[in-house]
Amino acid sequence: MANSVLAPARASEQVEITRWDVQRRRTWVLFLIPALLIYTIFMAFPLFNSMRLSFYQGQGLTPDRYVGLENYVTLFTNPLWRDRFFNAVGNTFVFFAIHMLVQNTLGLLFATLLSNTRLFGRNVYRAIIFTPATMSVLVTGFLWTLILNPRWGMLNQVLEWIGLGALARPWLGDANLALPTISLVSSWQWVGLPTMMFLAGLLTISDELSEAARVDGASAWQIFWRIKLPLLRPTIGIVSVLTFIGNFNAFDVIFAMAGARGEPAYATDLLATFFYRTAIAGEHPVAQPNMGLGAAVATCTFLILLTGVSLWLRFGRGGEETLAG
Amino acid sequence: MTRRFSPGMIVTHLVLLAWSLVVLIPVWTMLINSIKPKREIFRNPFGLPSEVTLDGYSNAWTAGRFDLYFRNSIIVSVVSLLLILLLGSLAAYALANWRSRLSNILYIYFIAGLMIPIRLGTINLFQIIQSLGLTDNLLGLIPIYVAMGMPIATFVLTSFIRSVPAELSDAARIDGASEWRVYLSVILPLIRPALATVTIFNLLPIWNDLWFPLIFIRNQEARTVTLGVSLLFGQYQTDWTRALAALSMAAVPVLVAYLLMSSQFIKGLTAGAIKG
Repeated sequence: MANSVLAPARASEQVEITRWDVQRRRTWVLFLIPALLIYTIFMAFPLFNSMRLSFYQGQGLTPDRYVGLENYVTLFTNPLWRDRFFNAVGNTFVFFAIHMLVQNTLGLLFATLLSNTRLFGRNVYRAIIFTPATMSVLVTGFLWTLILNPRWGMLNQVLEWIGLGALARPWLGDANLALPTISLVSSWQWVGLPTMMFLAGLLTISDELSEAARVDGASAWQIFWRIKLPLLRPTIGIVSVLTFIGNFNAFDVIFAMAGARGEPAYATDLLATFFYRTAIAGEHPVAQPNMGLGAAVATCTFLILLTGVSLWLRFGRGGEETLAG
Repeated sequence: MTRRFSPGMIVTHLVLLAWSLVVLIPVWTMLINSIKPKREIFRNPFGLPSEVTLDGYSNAWTAGRFDLYFRNSIIVSVVSLLLILLLGSLAAYALANWRSRLSNILYIYFIAGLMIPIRLGTINLFQIIQSLGLTDNLLGLIPIYVAMGMPIATFVLTSFIRSVPAELSDAARIDGASEWRVYLSVILPLIRPALATVTIFNLLPIWNDLWFPLIFIRNQEARTVTLGVSLLFGQYQTDWTRALAALSMAAVPVLVAYLLMSSQFIKGLTAGAIKG
């Protein structure tokens, strides 16, 4: 029967092919079912259903009273929720901005340095830069909390040793410093990811291009700005959108370094910690989890993410053809 | 063209060395201070210990029940990963072979999950897990992690299976092999590198996950390492030897695995992102 693949010409065999094809297709459907089921039940459906729940209210675990947009009205106008919500949105954008500025710029710098194949110890540097990304955010967060401790922390101690004692600060206790400090710790941890992605991008840019420019008298600086950076645009887009998604989902680092309430005084409260308190732990002063309101927070986060990803799909992907070619 | 000691090379090394120190000093501090007595940590935070104590470790292991947490984390990670590889490769096999509009739609449906964090569905997941009676149960975490791993698994494996020359599968089919046979004997052995990528890509997020254990697990018997660290750290905040021992204990297995095969790790963790 299977021979028909090779000689499909004869009419009697045409029927065979179709039957064989139907059979194969049936097997493929069987192959797909388990993955589809588990993905749908435990990911797609809950995502969708959580959004639906943002239109409901009710005590306890299952909000069952349809309230239309009331949860959103509460979230946007009730001073108890509004201030914290917009505070969390603003903080999350600051968190993201610092990652773009520090983590991704450093990543680009490291990748550019590492892209020099003649660099001695290249693989060792690469492995070291990536090391923190393998550790649990909780572990690195706690570790940095100890290092930054104002009384016994090693950072202030070191600053004193090298005569910069005046710079010592309660890094996590100061409302103006806490969020930037935590953002820097998080950038420290994740800088390996953009580094590797930029490095992969840089290595696909053909040497001939830079070589030709060099022959024409371009400096290394010019080659970077005029040739490499424009060709890296697609990678920059992907790195940005992944940073965006990661940051709008960030919870562990705040939980470890500033607690679920984003201490001090909600200065480090992000959307994910706000969501956690609203929906799971119970927000002060109500101290009761509010599933409907929490679902509204999650939906808002989703819409922000969707906007970001759409912007990327629309504008951020330019130049792929150039890179591929 | 660039000599090893050109000014540019020296600056490059200075920058990379400086950053290496910024990375390594905190990690070193954690490891070395976890075996020092408490009073020595403050006098000499960076040097080698004058007296070694394993008190922090034995305490975390027995009183802190890290023996239990490790067992739980290993069970959850291994079972989830095996299921991700099995279900993901089966689905990817079908998606790669079956060229139709429906299969394209399903493919997009799967990889859409790459862009949407599963945590946004937590509220409903909470209800689902509760109604299945799986709160406080390791079994409640596994299906979530498997679902979470499906987008990257189908994405990486489908493109990998598509790159396998069709002649190989067709030859087996002509010899009368069923689709199951082709999948098992032709495709699976060929896609081992891609399976490794998927494993690494999923291992760290699962092993290091705090969010779902924090929400679903209250019972000590079902705690994972990450959750255990978060609780233990709260208790030991002022006892640095013990706190650092708990942190080291959670970090060391992954660090060792990473040091042993760092290039696969890096490739695995960036593969999905680059191809996207």
